[in-house]
Amino acid sequence: MDIIYTIWLRSMKRFMRSKSRIIGSLGMPLFFLLALGFGLNSVVSIPGMSRGYIGFIIPGIVAMSILFTSMFSGIQIIWDKQFGFLKETLVAPVSRTEIMLGQTLGGASTALIQGLIILVISLFIGLRPESMTGFMIALGFMILTGIAFTAFGIAIASKMNDMHGFQLIMNFVIFPIFGLSGALFPINSLPPWVKTLTLFDPLTYGVEGIRYGLLGTTQINPWISFAALGGFTIAMIAFGSYLFKKVGV
Amino acid sequence: MKMDAIKVENLTKKFGDNTAVDNISFTIAEKEIFGLLGPNGAGKTTTLSILATMLAPSSGEAYVNGFPVTKEQDSVRKSIGIVFQDQSLDEELTAYENMDFHGRLYRIQKDVREKRIKTLLELVELYDRKDSIVKTFSGGMRRRLEIARGLLHEPKVLFLDEPTLGLDPQTRNHLWEYIEKLNKEKGITIILTTHYMEEADKLCGRVAIIDKGKIIAMNSPEELKDEIGGDVITIKSPYNDKLYALIKDMAGIKHSETHDGKITISLPNAEERVMEIAGLATKNGLSISSLSISKPTLEDVFLHFTGRNIREQEANGGDNMRMFQRARMGGR
Repeated sequence: MDIIYTIWLRSMKRFMRSKSRIIGSLGMPLFFLLALGFGLNSVVSIPGMSRGYIGFIIPGIVAMSILFTSMFSGIQIIWDKQFGFLKETLVAPVSRTEIMLGQTLGGASTALIQGLIILVISLFIGLRPESMTGFMIALGFMILTGIAFTAFGIAIASKMNDMHGFQLIMNFVIFPIFGLSGALFPINSLPPWVKTLTLFDPLTYGVEGIRYGLLGTTQINPWISFAALGGFTIAMIAFGSYLFKKVGV
Repeated sequence: MKMDAIKVENLTKKFGDNTAVDNISFTIAEKEIFGLLGPNGAGKTTTLSILATMLAPSSGEAYVNGFPVTKEQDSVRKSIGIVFQDQSLDEELTAYENMDFHGRLYRIQKDVREKRIKTLLELVELYDRKDSIVKTFSGGMRRRLEIARGLLHEPKVLFLDEPTLGLDPQTRNHLWEYIEKLNKEKGITIILTTHYMEEADKLCGRVAIIDKGKIIAMNSPEELKDEIGGDVITIKSPYNDKLYALIKDMAGIKHSETHDGKITISLPNAEERVMEIAGLATKNGLSISSLSISKPTLEDVFLHFTGRNIREQEANGGDNMRMFQRARMGGR
């Protein structure tokens, strides 16, 4: 436990120290929120949504900022590999699983903070959470999303030796996960085959869970979302630990 | 019975077809400063990585502080401190935070940890900079911090992989002093790799010369130098080859070489024999442009055992590799 805490602590110190990174990674979600939210608010009407399109996408954008931050945090261990710091951790008498869990929790925490910042900003553009319980439910889904995708990022980074493949990951992994989730559109209005595709995207369950918590409306039963996302999280931790154990320096 | 700090038995490491470490064996006693000397790519770092449990050997076994490296990794890891060839600090953290992180990783109690960090940072003269971000540190300061960090968990054995690579001479001298002090005052066994002959000569009680994965000579620097036979005479002449043919069979010569347009011969009591050599050259009408006598260095020892000059070999192989690596790193 103390080792996991140590690694987590390092992630948090680095995160708090890099103001430019915090602000930088807020850019894209804010842009989506404002451009899409205000731009499409008057032309898009979603059945059963009284708060308009901007209300609809707030949970989606929160999930998006968590997805991006956590994936980046996970992939960050490539830097540790390149700059040698990973050696320092790997040669210590601690287990790889502890290191991996510490990294995962560190990444998930930074992602959660980013998601919360978006939430707070959203309060100023019309977000009114239903209840405290609802907020706690949303928070739970945010945490799970953060853990799952940080672990996924670590799994990917364990297989990479430098940042050359980063564009590839960005375009063929992160963006499709975001695009195919129900972050920007209601999945029930999709043609059946596209809807089937979105149901294979783990982020869909994160988005729907957060949306249920914040708005009280969802298109997937929250228990199903919880089971699907929870299962994915456990699978990613196992997968990430497995690949991280094989990392050589 | 005095325990060996390190015992290496028939250690071999292959990377595909390439044998990086070829069936080497040696033991290092407690409190020794032992040097692995050789050109880049000779297998020094690979050997060290195996001893530090970072690499598994292809065959053979090594014991560190009595623990086998292939079986009791955690016990080995607790017994060693290591300073890698490439920097391994977190540049975004302060010096103190880097130390603290290390202390926590090795599960050192808070009060002990704080006390030791202070002592060690003072030892390497970085205490007044403890709250500065490492990014702002010079190469020498980083090295010193890494050494302090490697000592935090009070290891029995300290590994230093090319500890002074890329440092200016002044910082290098400074670091040598630290290393000697650590060895004397704390009784830590130190094993270092280097391709600086001077470094090995100055610091190490015993040196293993390693080339192409094999140990080709192992002894104290003094005895290694004696082994090649007294003094070294270096001669430059426009008639190099003719002169070499003439003097290589003179009495008392232990070893001779022509090299880079120079002739080097090893023989005892060189001062008394110089006139004889000069006379022989004059008699045969071969002029000599320069002639010098020197006490042998480890450089000469290396030349003696491999027939090659350590620096020239680097230019051919090692340095290119290094530059290639840098180019790769820079191009990311």
